[in-house]
Amino acid sequence: MKKSKLVMVGNGMAGVRTLEELLKIAPDLYDITVFGAEPHPNYNRILLSPVLAGEQTLEQIVLNDWSWYEDNHITLHAGYTVTQVDRTRRMVHATNAAGETLSVAYDRLIMATGSNPFMLPIPGKDLQGVLAYRDIADTQAMIDAAAHYKHAVVIGGGLLGLEAANGLMKRGMQVAVVHGSEWLMERQLDDVAGKMLQKSLQERGMQFLMKAQTQELLADDAGRVRAVRFKDGTEVSADLVVMAVGIRPNVALAQSMRLHVNRGIVVNDTMQTTTDARIYAVGECAEHRGVAYGLVAPLFEQGKVAANHLAEFGIGRYQGSLTSTKLKVTGIDLFSAGDFMGGEGTEEIVMSDPGAGLYKKLVLKDDKLVGACLYGNTVDGSWYFKLLRDGRPVSDLRDKLMFGESNIGDSGHAGQNKAASMPDDAEVCGCNGVTKGTICKAIKEKGLFTLDEVRKHTKASASCGSCTGLVEQILMATVGGDYSATPKTKPVCACTDHGHQAVRDAIRANKLLSKEEVFAFMEWKTPNGCPTCRPAINYYLISTWPKEALDDPQSRAINERSHANIQKDGTYSVVPRMWAGETTADELRRIADVVDKYKIPAVKVTGGQRIDLLGVKKEDLQGVWNDIGMPCGHAYGKSLRTVKTCVGSEWCRFGTQDSTQMGRDLERALWRMYAPHKVKLAVSGCPRNCAESGIKDVGVIGVDSGWEIYVAGNGGIKTEVAHFFTKVKTAEEVLEVSGAFLQLYREEGWYLERTVHYIARVGLDYAKKKVLEDHANRKALWARLQAALEGEPDPWFEGEKARVDARQFIPIAVA
Amino acid sequence: MTQWKYICKLEDIPVLGARRVTRAQGLEVAVFRTATDEVFALLDRCPHKGGPLSQGIVFGKSVACPLHNWTIGLCDGQAQAPDEGCTPSFQVKLEGGSVYLDADELAHRALTETRPLAGPALRAAVA
Repeated sequence: MKKSKLVMVGNGMAGVRTLEELLKIAPDLYDITVFGAEPHPNYNRILLSPVLAGEQTLEQIVLNDWSWYEDNHITLHAGYTVTQVDRTRRMVHATNAAGETLSVAYDRLIMATGSNPFMLPIPGKDLQGVLAYRDIADTQAMIDAAAHYKHAVVIGGGLLGLEAANGLMKRGMQVAVVHGSEWLMERQLDDVAGKMLQKSLQERGMQFLMKAQTQELLADDAGRVRAVRFKDGTEVSADLVVMAVGIRPNVALAQSMRLHVNRGIVVNDTMQTTTDARIYAVGECAEHRGVAYGLVAPLFEQGKVAANHLAEFGIGRYQGSLTSTKLKVTGIDLFSAGDFMGGEGTEEIVMSDPGAGLYKKLVLKDDKLVGACLYGNTVDGSWYFKLLRDGRPVSDLRDKLMFGESNIGDSGHAGQNKAASMPDDAEVCGCNGVTKGTICKAIKEKGLFTLDEVRKHTKASASCGSCTGLVEQILMATVGGDYSATPKTKPVCACTDHGHQAVRDAIRANKLLSKEEVFAFMEWKTPNGCPTCRPAINYYLISTWPKEALDDPQSRAINERSHANIQKDGTYSVVPRMWAGETTADELRRIADVVDKYKIPAVKVTGGQRIDLLGVKKEDLQGVWNDIGMPCGHAYGKSLRTVKTCVGSEWCRFGTQDSTQMGRDLERALWRMYAPHKVKLAVSGCPRNCAESGIKDVGVIGVDSGWEIYVAGNGGIKTEVAHFFTKVKTAEEVLEVSGAFLQLYREEGWYLERTVHYIARVGLDYAKKKVLEDHANRKALWARLQAALEGEPDPWFEGEKARVDARQFIPIAVA
Repeated sequence: MTQWKYICKLEDIPVLGARRVTRAQGLEVAVFRTATDEVFALLDRCPHKGGPLSQGIVFGKSVACPLHNWTIGLCDGQAQAPDEGCTPSFQVKLEGGSVYLDADELAHRALTETRPLAGPALRAAVA
C-alpha cells in the first residue's frame, strides 16, 4: 500500500512531539516531511535561558538530533521557510536563505509554526544590536554581544525579559530592565510579590526603570543602537536592546492560506483546522476554544490528540487545559494560579515575611480557593492548584490552608521543602531512593517535561507520592520557566479517558456487573484493562452491587488473590485475626506449633496488635491457615485491618469506658469489609488515648459521658490528625456512626483513596451532613453495610465461597 | 527434534492468570494464559528485583510484576520502556488443549538465577 504524505510546517517542540506520538501508535502510516525555518533539529526552547546564562550548552538542549529524523525516515528540510501552501493542489512551497526553493505534496498537513516575538513599533527597532528573544539565533547574538559590549537594556519585565536580563548579567553586562507597569510580572504576580522579586533582583545588581514608556531607540554613527529614550525625555545608554514584551501566534502563513484565524489558527477538539479537515494545527500557533496556550504541557496534550487522529484511531479529544504558572527566575521560587489578584466578593488570606523572603496569598470566593500567589516557597503550589481545580469547599481546611500540605507531616524526604537548596546527592524520593541528581539527569538526558514522565523514568514520587511537590519543583527548575498542569479529570489509567467518578457512576446507573460490561459500555481502549484499572473496577463492581457482581480474583493484586502478603523473596506473611488485640495461651500455642512445623523463619508483633508470621512458602499457606485455626486477619487487603485498643476500664485505673469490648464489637461488625483502601480503627478508653485514635480512619475515644468519634486520620505517608466527627452516648451509636461513615466511604471513595483523601476531596461537612444530620440516611448506610457483610466468607476457611483459586497454591512439578 | 514435555491442560491455567512449573534444577517457570487463550512461558523471575512473575496481574500480552509493578512482555520477557531488563523466555506448544514445554530448555535454560534473600537468611548473608 502506498503511504500517505504527511507534511509538517514547523520543527518545534509541539510539532515534533506530535510526530513522536504518531510514530508510537502508527509507525508506518505516513511518509513524513518536516520544514523548519531554523537550521537546527528540534531543541528545547524553554532551556534557552540556561544557555544564555552559561549553565547549559546548545548541544545539551537538543531534543531530537539529526539521526532521530533519519532513524524514523523523516525528511527534514532545516533552514527552509515555507512561503506558500496551495490548498487546492495540496502543495507546500519553501525557500532557504540561499534562495533555493522546494515543493512537496501533502495528503495531510500539520501547522506547527509556533509564535513570534512582538516588536514594539518604535523608531530604531531595526537598528543593529536590537534583538528579540525567541530562538537559538537570538540567544547566540546576545552571547556574542555580551562578549563585546557593556550596557544592555531589556524592554519587558515579564518572565522572558527577566530571564534574558539575568542571563546577560551573568555574562558580565550591566543590565537595566524597562517595564511599563508598576511591578514585575504583573500577569503572574500581585504587587507585593512583584516588588519582592524586584528587590531581590536589585540586590543581585539588576537595575529597573519602572512605569517607563519607551519612545525610541537612538543610533550611533555606525548604525548600532547607543541609547533608549523615554517619553519623559530621559535616556539610558545601551549597546544591546532586547525586546521581550510578549509573543503572538505565528499565523501569517495560515492567513495567506485563508484558514480561519483569530488570535491563533482556529482548531476543533481533534486539532483539525475548522477550515480544512486535512490540515491540523498544534502548539502555540493554534487557538482552541478561544485559547492559544503557551505552556508545554497543554501543547503536548494537543500533540497526543492530533497524533491519535492522524493515526485514524479517532478516539482522543482535546478539551482544553487549566494552567498555572510555577516558575523560577534566577533561584527565586514563584507560583501563581487562578485569580490571584482578588477583588470584589473575594477574601484574602495573606502571610507576608519580607525579611525571610516569604509571601503567600490565597484568594477565596464562596468558600472555594480561586487563586494563589506564592513567593519564596512554592512546594505547596501543586496542592493549591489541585484545590483550585477541584473547586472543593475549603471551610474545614481553612485554619491550616495557609500552612500548606507539607505542614501536615509528610514523611520520606527529611522535611525538605525547597528543591533548589538540596544538594544533588540528597534523596528526594524516600520510597524508591531517587536523588535530586538522578532526577535532574533523567530530565535532561531523556527530555522529560511532565511529572508523569519523570515518574515513569525515575520512579521518583511514583510510590507514595509525598515528594510530588519536590519533584515538580525540580522539574520546573531543570526544564526552565514553564510548568503546567494536568487536565481537569484525571483518567483512571491509559486504558480510558474516563475518571474514577465517571466509572463509579456508570456502574451504578447502568447496573454493570462485570469488568467486561464496564469495558464495553465505557469503550475501554484495551481488551482487558491493566493492573491499574482492573482492581479499581473490580472494587467498584462488588461495592456497588454486593451479592450480585462476582469478585474477579484475576483482577486483584497478588495479596488479595492469595490472601497473604507477598515479600521481597517471593514468600508470604500470615497475620491471623486477634479480635481487638486479645489472644489466649491456646492460640499462642497453636501459632508456635505452626512456626515449628512449617519452619517459618520469622515472627513479629505488628503495629496493629497482632502477630505476623514471615517467610511462609506459598504451597504452605493453606496448611498454616488451617493449623492455626484463627480467622483471616486481612492484613493484606484494601479492607478492614485492625481495631487497636487499650485495656480500658476493665483494668486501667484511669479508664472511663470499656474500650476493649467496644473494639471487639467494632471488629466483629466490620471484618471482611473491602474498601477503596485499607481501613484502620482504634478505641481508647480515656482521653490519654493510648490506642492512638487520633491517626486512624475511625478513632474512638471514651470519655466519662460517652464516646468521641474522630474520622479520616492517617498515620502513614501523610500523618494527618483525625477530625472530630461527633460525640455519642452509647456503644450502639458508636457502631452505627462508624459503620455509616465507612459505608459512605465505601460507596463514594475512589479506589486507593484513603479516608483522609476522600474527606479532603468531598469535605468533612459533606460527610457530617450525610451521616450525622440525616438520621434516615445514617440508618440506611449502616443497614447497607450490614447487608453487604452478611454471610461474607472467611477466605482462609471458605475458599470456594470467597472465589479463591486453590490451584495457585500447588505448583506443577515436572519429573 | 524438540522433545515436548507435557505440563498441564489449558484449563488448568486460569484465564488472565498463571501457574508455576517446578523443575529439577533452577527457578520455576511461569506459564501464562491470556484472555484469548494464548500461552506463554517465562522464567518466574522479574529482571528488576527477582519478583515471581507468576503472581502478577496478566493483561493483554503482558504481566505486571507483583513486587514493583514492572510490566514484562509475555512474548519476549522484555521489560516495557522506560524500564530496562529481560527475563528468559521458554518455548511453548499448545496442542489439543494441552500445554507442552521444551524438555531441553526446562533442563538447561536459565539455571543460575536465584531469588533475592529476605529475613534471617538476608541477615546471615550480610553478616
